[in-house]
Amino acid sequence: MTDETPLLEVSGLRIALASGTPIVDGVDLTLARGEILGIVGESGSGKTTTALALLGHAQRGAEITGGSVRVAGREVLGLSRAERREIRGKLISYVPQDAGQALNPSLRIADSVTDVLRRHREPAPAAVLGLLGSVDLPATTEFGRRLPHQLSGGQQQRVTIAISLACEPPVIVMDEPTTGLDVLTQQSVLDEIRRLRAERGASLVYVSHDLAVVSQIADRVAVMYAGRIVEEGPIATLMERPRHPYTRGLLQSIPDHRRPARLLPMAGSAPGVEERPDGCAFAPRCPQAADDCRTTPPVLESVDFERHQVRCPHWELTPPATLGIPRDRTEVTAGPALQVRGLRASHKGRGGTVVVAEDISFDVRRGECLALVGESGSGKTTIARCLVGLHLPDGGSVRLRDAPLPARIRKRSAAQRRGIQYVFQNPYQSLNPRRRIGEDLARPGHVLRGLSVAEARAEVGSLLERVQLSPRLADRYPSQLSGGERQRVAIARALAARPDVLVCDEVTSALDVSVQAAILEALAELRDDLGVALLFITHDLGVVSGVADRVLVLEGGRICETGPTDSVLRTPEHPYTQRLVAAAPTLAAR
Amino acid sequence: MSALLKTYSPRRVPFGAALRRRTPKTLSGRIGLALLVLTLTVALLGPLCTPYSPDRTVGIPFAGPTAGHPLGLDFLGRDVLSRVLSGGLSVVLYAGVATLAAYAVGLTVGLLAGYSRSWLEPLLMRLTDVLLAFPALVFLLLLATAFGRGITGVVIATALIQLPPIVRIVRSAALEQSLRGYVEAAVARGEGTLSVLRREILPNIARPVAADAGLRFSWSVLLIAGVNFLGLGLQPPAADWGLMVSENRGGIALNPSSMLVAAALLGALTLAINLLGDALAGGTE
Repeated sequence: MTDETPLLEVSGLRIALASGTPIVDGVDLTLARGEILGIVGESGSGKTTTALALLGHAQRGAEITGGSVRVAGREVLGLSRAERREIRGKLISYVPQDAGQALNPSLRIADSVTDVLRRHREPAPAAVLGLLGSVDLPATTEFGRRLPHQLSGGQQQRVTIAISLACEPPVIVMDEPTTGLDVLTQQSVLDEIRRLRAERGASLVYVSHDLAVVSQIADRVAVMYAGRIVEEGPIATLMERPRHPYTRGLLQSIPDHRRPARLLPMAGSAPGVEERPDGCAFAPRCPQAADDCRTTPPVLESVDFERHQVRCPHWELTPPATLGIPRDRTEVTAGPALQVRGLRASHKGRGGTVVVAEDISFDVRRGECLALVGESGSGKTTIARCLVGLHLPDGGSVRLRDAPLPARIRKRSAAQRRGIQYVFQNPYQSLNPRRRIGEDLARPGHVLRGLSVAEARAEVGSLLERVQLSPRLADRYPSQLSGGERQRVAIARALAARPDVLVCDEVTSALDVSVQAAILEALAELRDDLGVALLFITHDLGVVSGVADRVLVLEGGRICETGPTDSVLRTPEHPYTQRLVAAAPTLAAR
Repeated sequence: MSALLKTYSPRRVPFGAALRRRTPKTLSGRIGLALLVLTLTVALLGPLCTPYSPDRTVGIPFAGPTAGHPLGLDFLGRDVLSRVLSGGLSVVLYAGVATLAAYAVGLTVGLLAGYSRSWLEPLLMRLTDVLLAFPALVFLLLLATAFGRGITGVVIATALIQLPPIVRIVRSAALEQSLRGYVEAAVARGEGTLSVLRREILPNIARPVAADAGLRFSWSVLLIAGVNFLGLGLQPPAADWGLMVSENRGGIALNPSSMLVAAALLGALTLAINLLGDALAGGTE
């Protein structure tokens, strides 16, 4: 961009656990004035560790063991506590992922901002309000007197951004600032960041697991895998012609509602910190790995021109990313497996009764996938819980296979309980940590299908194979499995009941993109093979485009739009759907 | 071969391996285990190997240690070693009975209250609150007097005092579990309350509950010893560590071991349980 020395210069950064195991292994980065650099990686790639090291900080149990970080010409590593405190906020500042936890719940937000100002310069009430105003928050004394819990998630994140701006540092590090926010809120925070860059010339390091979000905002992007940067370059170049097989795989894994297509998941999952292989860490998952990949750690090589670098000796072989193999959506004409009419549900709390779903009616046909889309609080999970009998609805009726389904579990027959199965959002809490996988998988067959324990156990192996897991896993405990494997087991447990309807509640939201793609593909296959009806609950329009035949959009507990996936995503009619579609991050270039 | 693989047959863990896996890994946990084995051995097997009858006067009160009486004699001239050996059983027995009784009721009530989302939960919890409203020591003294001097009232009162905190701990642990996916999956499967509690909830709260049970037991030991010290529980001439501390406190200058050995054993027992409890609660699979 410019010839002047970069504002931020990281070279050979190494961070290791106390045991000596490296977490981040030789990271080089540069950031020019007014530039936004994205750092993208899956969980365990070392991206947050790298981000914190830019401020000279290492998490508990980790230690910065080598390299240098220079901010505006000043070395950050090896400073004393007092010196580090001096530069933080003034030279470089940090915006954390979860603003709700980062803000002190008993400090009024104006005081939180004042605290930072006080460390570096004289605080003035006007300056505090000015800062709040600069991130589009109401610059009033009344607003400054609020406590964090009186703010929405998006407002909380704006406060942390205001704090990071307080001393006008030349470099700001943002660590997943929009993760956990609704799409519309995410969009407004991203707009804010864009505006900051345009108006103040802010230079940013933006860390995220979401390549789609980063592609919306960054000028350059560095892709991390197993503690190393595997590819770095201008965002447009990298998206158009990724050279590292991992970057390519990542691009092919991300569902994009603008380009509904079959996902091409990568094999396996990212290695944990302790189990990184010798040589190229990606080699075990790489379709083009050669023998030398498994022994020699690759170095960064320049591609085409010097700003695009890739850590793969065989990058010239990487084919262009395959995007847009459309999924053939055959119109499902089978009869309905599930009919919901006029469902109404509420939550009774201390503050009275809150209606969370009203007048919900829909059908799910056999072999069809219907997506229930909405932001948090739209009532989608409550509806699903009503269907499986975990929440008692206030009214309405449900029919399963053309027979009325009682609302209470106790009134449902074993066949009815078997017919509708639920897969939970959080795979880390859906399997009993004290029981072996095999036992958990045998239980539904025994309880719901009247099999003997021995008969149910005999099915365990084929159930695991059904979800592409090794039958050997039956003897393991859940803690020995990765998140993606656990979610597959949870799906297998639901399949063990031979359901007619499978309710999937945000089943991929706790998983990495590459794992998500594999789960979505597995579900699509199950539906095709077994003819199960899928009710897929999600907030992610990209995921919807990847799996659903029809979409049902919920706003505040009511259905606002419904129709075939392609037409709803392409030509949304309801204003709320239009806003959702416009705000959803997409890989399509800006 | 593959057909064999597909059938899941649970692997049996040999007893020795299971035992080794459960041995505490930390130093303090191992010290606790060693101390516990030591004090329990003294308490349970001691009565079988007393050199003298614990009730027989064999010499001058508070006589110092000699070869025949390595711990000397107590305030009535009885052999301290024999009394120490026979005085642990009552401590462990009564505290054990009180804790077991409290846990039998507390675990049931706590599990039901934590899991049930019906009218049962507030009812059970308000009942425990009523119990909690009585100041512990006053309640105990009241019951002990009501039953007349003797250990029965003390044991019942100790159990009742322990009940509310047990219910609360079990309930909050069970409540947290009941929101987990695997519990909800079992509920949606239509499993009965008993099956859900036994299969899904109990195994997952066993560790914190076991650690708490240890603490309750050591607390019961101290409480009962304290009441015996006050003269409301066990009556002389019974040999009991708590009672011995009380009886011999006047002679601490003449024969310190008449009181200190019993006190030290009481201390060792409670310390052991605390150390072991911490190791249990902190351990991970």
